[in-house]
Amino acid sequence: MASIADFAGVPKPVYHQDRPSLYGVKDWLTTVDHKKIGILYGAAGLFYMLVGGLEALLMRLQLAKPDQHLFVGDTFNGLVTMHATTMVFLAVMPMIAGFSNYFVPLMIGARDVAFPRLNAFSWWTFFFGSLVLNSSLLFVQEFPSAGWFAYAPLTTKDFHPDMAMDFWWAGLTMLAISSMVAGVNFVVTILNMRAPGMTLMRVPVLTWMMLVIQVLLAFSFPPITVGIIFLALDRTFGTVFYKTAMGGDPQLWQHLFWLFGHPEVYVLILPSMGMVSEILPVFARRPLFGQHAVIFSGVFIGFVGFGVWGHHMFTTGMGPIADAAFASTTALIAIPTGVKIFNWLGTLWNAKLTFPTAMLFAVSFIPMFTIGGLSGLMHASPPLDLQQHNSYFVVAHFHYVLVGGALQGLFAGFYFYLPKITGRMLDETLGKIHFWLFLIGFNLTFFPMHMLGNNGMPRRIYTYPADAGWNTENLIATIGVFFMTAGTLVFAYNVIVNWRKGKLAGNDPWDANTLEWLTTSPPPLHNFDFTPTTLSERPLWDHKYTPGLEIPVPTTAEEIHMPSPSWKPMWVSSFILLIIIGLLLYNLVPFAWTLSVVGALGIIGSVYAWVTEPV
Amino acid sequence: MSAPTAELLEAAPDHGHHQTVENNFLGLPNIKLAMWAFLGSECMFFGSLIGTYFFYHDHSLGGPLPQDVFSLNITSISTFLLLTSSLTMALAVDSMKQNRFPPAVKYILTTAALGAAFVGFQIYEFSEFVLEKHLTPQTSLFGSTFFIMTGFHGAHVTVGVIWLLMMAALISKKKLVPGREATNVEVMGLYWHFVDIVWIVIFTFVYLLEFIK
Repeated sequence: MASIADFAGVPKPVYHQDRPSLYGVKDWLTTVDHKKIGILYGAAGLFYMLVGGLEALLMRLQLAKPDQHLFVGDTFNGLVTMHATTMVFLAVMPMIAGFSNYFVPLMIGARDVAFPRLNAFSWWTFFFGSLVLNSSLLFVQEFPSAGWFAYAPLTTKDFHPDMAMDFWWAGLTMLAISSMVAGVNFVVTILNMRAPGMTLMRVPVLTWMMLVIQVLLAFSFPPITVGIIFLALDRTFGTVFYKTAMGGDPQLWQHLFWLFGHPEVYVLILPSMGMVSEILPVFARRPLFGQHAVIFSGVFIGFVGFGVWGHHMFTTGMGPIADAAFASTTALIAIPTGVKIFNWLGTLWNAKLTFPTAMLFAVSFIPMFTIGGLSGLMHASPPLDLQQHNSYFVVAHFHYVLVGGALQGLFAGFYFYLPKITGRMLDETLGKIHFWLFLIGFNLTFFPMHMLGNNGMPRRIYTYPADAGWNTENLIATIGVFFMTAGTLVFAYNVIVNWRKGKLAGNDPWDANTLEWLTTSPPPLHNFDFTPTTLSERPLWDHKYTPGLEIPVPTTAEEIHMPSPSWKPMWVSSFILLIIIGLLLYNLVPFAWTLSVVGALGIIGSVYAWVTEPV
Repeated sequence: MSAPTAELLEAAPDHGHHQTVENNFLGLPNIKLAMWAFLGSECMFFGSLIGTYFFYHDHSLGGPLPQDVFSLNITSISTFLLLTSSLTMALAVDSMKQNRFPPAVKYILTTAALGAAFVGFQIYEFSEFVLEKHLTPQTSLFGSTFFIMTGFHGAHVTVGVIWLLMMAALISKKKLVPGREATNVEVMGLYWHFVDIVWIVIFTFVYLLEFIK
């Protein structure tokens, strides 16, 4: 029988690189390697997850008992705003970008992404943007405090004259540029860089979901970018887009924001659905039940996801026709989601299951996400939504989707895929401690919030009277956060300790299905010693267990040209940062706009240097 | 390779063994596919800008109004110049495909000149609005939405002009990757035509419709 060892004897490829990779810090600053950029994104995401988690912990301390005064007023609003902004844009999205960067090229048998330098540009623009977003604490000693969806006109100078809000639009603009560019890059990569034989229906489900979300990123970020540009202009130059005294309509921002905001929800959840779809079959030792249905339902969710944004606005008086239309499209999304859930159950049904930590997280994803999905479906009905809007019931709903769903999926992904990245296994005992602490803590925190919402507790209030009847649930919720924090710290410890010292993983520690497990852990710079030809949906499984479907192993060495390291991506990102700084200082420092002009000229110069640089 | 293997492989184009990061599965160059994806994203960008303009149409709480400021004569001339630039852009792409580089450079420079002229007309239009007709981005919803929408279009034309000039320099100095010059110019052409089409939409719906009464 064929085995993974067949690939060890492949002759080493002949290597061309115009400039060799640099060493140390310079290597990380100039790298165009999708694997290194993936690690950078992942590390940033994990770091910001701790920051956002700390913000949540502080909020829960304030709300643990009635009438407390730890963090009140704008301080609490700042924590609310930055917890959500950080978790969405700086924690979950970069973790997804990290997995996408590291594994999409490996899963499709490619050497790198379609535009390696553009990929580095996306990373640096994201990184600088994340610094700008958080630097308001450093420069003006406060956080933006208008909520993560920053409803204008609340965010205009009339209501938020402080500069913290300016840092919000400045940071978000850079994140939007980064995501849009990365979206285009990965769409091209997945469509065009597949190894021979990898037809679309043989592309792994995780990569498919990444394709869907990259399309969503490329198409959903422009509306919010436009909305943010209006906001920036209103705040900086005195235009009147959101000025109600001049006839401005408060619904404008809401439409632009949620036209981005709802596809964004699917950007956060679809990759985790992809992870679960990859992990369940491996530990059930069988193919994913109805793989094509899972793929198509993901595509359908992405497509219809652009037509449901109005369900965030039922209370704004859009009128019965718009309400009915958005209610129907929203309810429609339950169908493809249900298709996925039943396919996962079908995969598990009657299978001989093993339960390493990755599988525990993947399995617990299904019921936890389903709870969030069902409470979400309730919001599809306008009359129900009018009752639940702005209550803790909504907070419970989206935390079940984003923590029980997206984050648990990502944790499953970390335990499953990290051995490929580090070459070392994570500790299973610590992993199981992490899993149970997190699962218990998460349910303790968010389940009582359903009751709080039904009992009328509004979201985003910084305290409540003792006789409101919300004391017990709030206390339980705060206790739960400590379990989640402990679990997350165990996870962080597990990753740090086992990054270099864990048990060796080998190429294929899980006896898995797809191409990324064919190469060494960690993979070499060029990913594969030979271009793997794909003959089925589960190329590596079939190589090992299905006679006649072995992956052809070449006898001659391949010639490979790999892209060279480059400083140019970071230059261009830095000049964008300079433009943004010039705009931020426009009303504070005379002639600050010259910084923006220098930035624009710098971009022209460095783009010329970029295109004339041999790759 | 066994028989079923060969059959399974049929769906894939043949890459030979010289696979690099320049791989392409769809038989379409990466940059061309990327430009199409980017233009899709741009549709949403301009869609939001133009959508906002119409969302706020007739919502201004005071003049000047579109009919008071628009001058169809001047805008028609600048529109004509921009549309003509699409012709010269197409001629440039055609010359590149026939490997006739010197005429291609001339067409590219003509395209850049026509684009620059369009931008010049826009600067003239904007300054006339501000100085003589007292419409600024701060005046009213119409002022804000009009200046920012057309301003971003003008910025796209400006980026296009810079790109055209850079491309002319790169072709003249033979700095492009041999064999890929025509694709580079074609992709630039896609962008240029797109920006042109956006202007057709703006000119028709923002300017012309005001005068159909």
